[in-house]
Amino acid sequence: MLNQKTMRIDNAGRGATIGFFFDGLTIPARIGESVAAALFASGTKTLRTSPRELMPRGMFCLMGSCQECLVMVDGRRVLACRTTVADGMRVEKVPEARIDA
Amino acid sequence: MPDFDVLVLGGGPAGVNAALAASAAGLKVALFDENTAAGGQVYRAPIDASVPLTGGRQPGDALRHELAQSAVATYFNHVVWAVTTDYRVDASGPAGPMHCTGRALIVATGTTERVVPFDGWTTPGVIGLAAATILLKSQGILPGRSTLVAGCGPLLAAVAAKTLEGGGKVEAIADMAGLGDWGRTLPAMVSRPDLMLEGFHWWREIRRAGVPILSRHTIVKVEQARDGLLATLAPCDAAGRPVAGKRRSVVADCIAVGHGLTPSTEITRLLRAEHRYSRQAGGWIAVADQDGRTSRPRLYVAGDGAGIAGAAAASHHGTLAGLACAIDLDATETTQFRSRVPAVRQLHVKAARFGRAMAQLMALRPGHVDSVGPQTIVCRCEDVTRAEIDAACDAGAHDVNQLKAWTRCGMGPCQGRTCADVAAELLAARVHGGLREPAGCFSARTPLRPMTVEALTGDFSYDDIPIPKAAPL
Repeated sequence: MLNQKTMRIDNAGRGATIGFFFDGLTIPARIGESVAAALFASGTKTLRTSPRELMPRGMFCLMGSCQECLVMVDGRRVLACRTTVADGMRVEKVPEARIDA
Repeated sequence: MPDFDVLVLGGGPAGVNAALAASAAGLKVALFDENTAAGGQVYRAPIDASVPLTGGRQPGDALRHELAQSAVATYFNHVVWAVTTDYRVDASGPAGPMHCTGRALIVATGTTERVVPFDGWTTPGVIGLAAATILLKSQGILPGRSTLVAGCGPLLAAVAAKTLEGGGKVEAIADMAGLGDWGRTLPAMVSRPDLMLEGFHWWREIRRAGVPILSRHTIVKVEQARDGLLATLAPCDAAGRPVAGKRRSVVADCIAVGHGLTPSTEITRLLRAEHRYSRQAGGWIAVADQDGRTSRPRLYVAGDGAGIAGAAAASHHGTLAGLACAIDLDATETTQFRSRVPAVRQLHVKAARFGRAMAQLMALRPGHVDSVGPQTIVCRCEDVTRAEIDAACDAGAHDVNQLKAWTRCGMGPCQGRTCADVAAELLAARVHGGLREPAGCFSARTPLRPMTVEALTGDFSYDDIPIPKAAPL
């Protein structure tokens, strides 16, 4: 069944809940989820801005093609959809994204 | 001496079956995929064994099991960023950069989802139908508390039904196809009663939940509203063009939209194999015989990346490519495998019938692309609008690579994967009377995916770099 609060389709024996940080805010996730999916489920949909018009952008294809979910993890540029969350992981917006969390 | 006989790029049903067939014939095979496990998109592995799943599960598990039991060397979590004409593959993996060589190359890189732009399609919360499928099937996450499902093809029903099954709400389904379009797929559907039943089950669940199904409707606008995303839906004609009639507004947390699939051909284009345009197959595809042999020696294509025909057909097509490769490389066990080819060809033709009927529903509609508004962004990476593309065409841009040079359309980090098909369709309509061949396609370039220099160099210490002695003056 659905856990209304977390948007996760729940059943017994799910992976444990862990926490990571997005621009300092604690985001809950389950072991194995991608950073992009965990952020999307938490309602954090804007991840960066487009370079020319500075328009908000977020996860779009979720399979490593569109490059919209580019974020910084431990100081490296990675795609949030291709990065598995880890407990205590520090995720930040790319420096050129001119938006607040 | 190459490291392997065959390198297989892509671990979906086509790539895995190609690798298994070549390996069973006695060849030394390596398989690369950027995901953590085999399965591709349709048979994608869940992150957690307890993620509730329906359908699709068993073939994926069987595929992964068979691969694990085989002698195929697997490189998962590896992003292939370069391939050369002598079949050297460079990849970036968890342990850093690596490369290897093969005598032959099988490309089974699947597809990219096509989304025809509309006003507001770049708004966060608007995602692809394929992305919604991954959230539901692999991550066990709902796309939204409330979701609008729009576009065309069988993924509409799949996403809506799985959202409902997971306990979510579907505000509406806007399907560009009409009932008549679905009706025309019936003869092909009958060839796969199992998949037809699955489809009927989905639609029954959708009807039972009372989800409004708007046939021959397309999404024309999305705006950020206080309580979510506000989408405007309009009736459309068979060519996908919005027509006069009642506009409907739908508010949802998430809008999942997709307009079909296009074959991923970067690698075969990079290797300068011959390609042709086929609207029915999803776009540009490598010219190949029925077993996947391309115009280049020992280069093969298999699965949806060779033309959209669905996952079931991709499995057989992969086997055919693997066998073709074994025959061409004169593998030790070739004789017994040669006799398998006719039977597999038959299976492939039968399976492709269903997949191609579905592909027909998802083929790019010219009127749909023509209706993209002048201020609508076509290239998401570089914020290039329709008006800018039209202006470049009018100023003399004759093919998409000129268009790219003049407008930066397709020049951003996605390397044109998201916009290429629509940009080429716009140029073809404006400059070449709708013909896609003269409009061409973006030149493929390495790196095939954006890479950081750090990922290419790997970990090293400056002390390890040999510094030659200064030359005597």
